[in-house]
Amino acid sequence: MDINNKVLWIFDIFGVEVWITQTIFNTWITILLLIVLAVLIRVTMGGWKRVPSGLQGVAELLVEKFDNIVRNAAGEKFMSLGNWFFAAFAFILASNIVGIFGLRPPTADWATTFAFAAATFIMIQGMGIKHRKGKYLKSFFKPNVIFFPLNLIGELARPVSLSFRLFGNVLAGMILTSLIYSAPYYLRVLLPAAMHAYFDLFSGVIQTYIFCVLSLTFIGGAAEET
Amino acid sequence: MQDSLAFIIAVAQIAAALALFNGVITTLGQSKIVVSAIEAIARQPEASGTVTSTMFIGLAMGETSGIYGLLIAIILLFANPLIPIYLNYIA
Repeated sequence: MDINNKVLWIFDIFGVEVWITQTIFNTWITILLLIVLAVLIRVTMGGWKRVPSGLQGVAELLVEKFDNIVRNAAGEKFMSLGNWFFAAFAFILASNIVGIFGLRPPTADWATTFAFAAATFIMIQGMGIKHRKGKYLKSFFKPNVIFFPLNLIGELARPVSLSFRLFGNVLAGMILTSLIYSAPYYLRVLLPAAMHAYFDLFSGVIQTYIFCVLSLTFIGGAAEET
Repeated sequence: MQDSLAFIIAVAQIAAALALFNGVITTLGQSKIVVSAIEAIARQPEASGTVTSTMFIGLAMGETSGIYGLLIAIILLFANPLIPIYLNYIA
């Protein structure tokens, strides 16, 4: 059973040690997969047609579904955020699913999930200030000035809880699956397939969806007049 | 020296098992959420889409404390901060 993040290579760039860990390498594999998929879809599709058929229909369906999610969770004002969240959704989903092929999921590292949660945090603050100006900053002192530390902690806890939720789910699934792999042989017959199907596919899809929808809900809530 | 280290590891493992106990309370809360959602769907089947997506967000929110307990257990088991402190202390 190996749940630790192995260091594959250590480069020395101008006296600074750069560690290429398993997470970084698997992230590259995930990015490569997504790029190849995107290029394949674009090449086989040919030109854009007015009446979609084949792969263009699938692509338009996906974009439309995601636009609906954004509209329901955040509101009509934030349709432009759909681009970023569709990319984040694709990347997180691909990196959750990559565990099926025996790779360590990149999201089983807090650094990856915290990067996405930090982006969400910046977007919450930026959209709050953009849409509500001074009122947003005033909302930190809302019921009373005494509540400022409490509000601040509550605001800072958002990216932490967002990233821990995704990280904890993926890491727990990975640990349970690797526990099964080190079990006696009679447990290794059909159980790993079921574990992979549940933890990598089902839980991965649900957690990705929840990450995106919660981020959008937070952003919509911050920009909303109360 | 060997006995103290074994004691620290044993206490950490018991603590990890106790930290996983908050999964019980989390599950009870989540079951309440699902029951309410099913009741709402049974009353208004046409609103099942909205209720289901809201239910998933609620489940994720309620899951947070369980995830925190799980992470504490994982840290205690695989990245215990007490063992380096003890090894520095005796060195």
